[in-house]
Amino acid sequence: MALLVKTKNQDKHHDLEALSVLANEIRRDIIKMLYEAGSGHSGGSLGMTDIFTALYFAVLNHDPKKPAWSGRDRVFLSNGHICPVWYATLAHAGYFPLSELKTLRKLGSRLQGHPHNLSLPGVENTGGPLGQGISQAIGAALALRLDQKKNYVFCLMSDGELNEGQTWEAFMFAAKYKLNNLTAVIDRNNIQIDGYTEDIMPLEPLADKFKAFGWHVLEINGHNMPEIISALETSKVIYEKPVVVIAHTIPGKGVSFMENRFEWHGKPPAKNERDQALKELMKERKDYVGS
Amino acid sequence: MLVRDVYNEKTIGREPTRNGYGAALVELGRKNKNIVVLTGDLAESTRAQMFQAKYPERFFDVGVAEQNMMGVAAGLALTGKIPFVSSYAVFSPGRNWDQLRVSVCYSRANVKIIGAHTGLSVGPDGATHQALEDIAITRCLPNLTVIAPCDVHETKKAIFAAAKIAGPVYIRLAREATPAFTTPNTDFQVGRADILRRGHHVSIIGCGPILYEALQAAHSLSQEGIEAEVINCHTIKPIDHKTIIASAKKTEAVVTVEEHQIIGGLGSAVAEVLSAHYPVPLKMIGVRDTFGESGTPNELMIKYGLDRNQIIDTVRRMMKSLLK
Repeated sequence: MALLVKTKNQDKHHDLEALSVLANEIRRDIIKMLYEAGSGHSGGSLGMTDIFTALYFAVLNHDPKKPAWSGRDRVFLSNGHICPVWYATLAHAGYFPLSELKTLRKLGSRLQGHPHNLSLPGVENTGGPLGQGISQAIGAALALRLDQKKNYVFCLMSDGELNEGQTWEAFMFAAKYKLNNLTAVIDRNNIQIDGYTEDIMPLEPLADKFKAFGWHVLEINGHNMPEIISALETSKVIYEKPVVVIAHTIPGKGVSFMENRFEWHGKPPAKNERDQALKELMKERKDYVGS
Repeated sequence: MLVRDVYNEKTIGREPTRNGYGAALVELGRKNKNIVVLTGDLAESTRAQMFQAKYPERFFDVGVAEQNMMGVAAGLALTGKIPFVSSYAVFSPGRNWDQLRVSVCYSRANVKIIGAHTGLSVGPDGATHQALEDIAITRCLPNLTVIAPCDVHETKKAIFAAAKIAGPVYIRLAREATPAFTTPNTDFQVGRADILRRGHHVSIIGCGPILYEALQAAHSLSQEGIEAEVINCHTIKPIDHKTIIASAKKTEAVVTVEEHQIIGGLGSAVAEVLSAHYPVPLKMIGVRDTFGESGTPNELMIKYGLDRNQIIDTVRRMMKSLLK
């Protein structure tokens, strides 16, 4: 049973089942890419796949054939290390050939280990050193407003990244200038490299912190397509404040032995792990579409 | 090319280089609506305030938050604006070097970074506020142009030139009123060092307001028969190989002068050029691996060996050792 959602900017209906199948395909590509690369970040990439899929296939106003189109909405990735999901989503959207995904992290590839704005079509910003993407996204939102453009800016961030003081400098700034064309999506997966966020550097009460900083807060299940699309669309119409979507996600989502394990934050699957992961994801696909 | 009676200290005009920045910004703002200005709570002392007064809608005070300031500037640049980031050099690019490296230089974002209050001449504020390392930490970054203007007129030209460059530029400014020894008509080109005074015994290569001390030193040395060539190497990156090597070939002796650490500064940049292409005896005048302290600018320049007498001494000793 496919639920239909109508988005504001695109006069088309979205088949949630098709989106879920697409997310499943992107997850399988992420597993393959990371295995081929021999290094890279599995947990966050799999955890944010549903949100990336919703953004690029249901929410964004964009044209993959014209990556520099001035009317496009902007996506900035602040926690650049989850770029496998960005790359795989961009390839599926048509920004560059799917066959290029296997070049991730290889010499001469456009798919750099961390995203570089000048290397790959669709990649708006350079990221990796944490905390920088949100400031860049704010600059873009400010520039678009100066030019009285209606384009929207989405910044995807991690929760561990909020340890960086720069992010809070940025949150204060966005509230001061009432950047209502900006939405930050926080991947609240509760892990960072060294362990659980609340052990390494506690963030809670996170929603209250954002409210105190002058942001409008939405909290969602980051794997529920209708919730994701609804929150991202709602964020566009909140007029008074910038909006943060705290998306509760499962790191490693879709692969049983990776889910919720911080050990999988920054490593790729070995061959047997790749095979096991792909098997599980294929089974999930059959659950969506039948065999 | 230089102001008339350049050696007459009674008549020469004095103005801080930062004033040239403020004046140039206002002019740029009028001509180009994509010029935007950011500051980290230092609007008045960086002279960004002059732009703020005219174009408040294109002026953003980010508060005391330099890391965010650099990132916001990058985002503005990636979306078609030409941001001028204004702060003290110890904070920007001092505190936000990572953001300069990744968000601006690696991204080739069209951001202009203005580092005010550089050098010992910051004076009484002391070592914390005296930027003596900014050239070292900027000239090592790919895609970044680095300029240290010598006076208020050259600063204006450097700001105009920076706005025309499609990429990141760092410009180093100073706090004190210093001699305006060039003129509004003096030719200026990014990447081309200018010979301020011709000579054949020794080349004095410098940047920034301290060049006036070098000129005075050369003037004195001339009276004892030493003809020094004085070169204004305002662009530290890309550095002008041609002019530096040609002068070294003529004089066979080089002295560098800067209000900066000798480690990593202009002297190091000149040494890199000469050691690779035309090695000659080289002396570097600059701060010698130490922090500054509180004092008047004049007291500090003498204590740390940057005044004209010490330039004269260095040249004399060098000439003697080379038996010229």
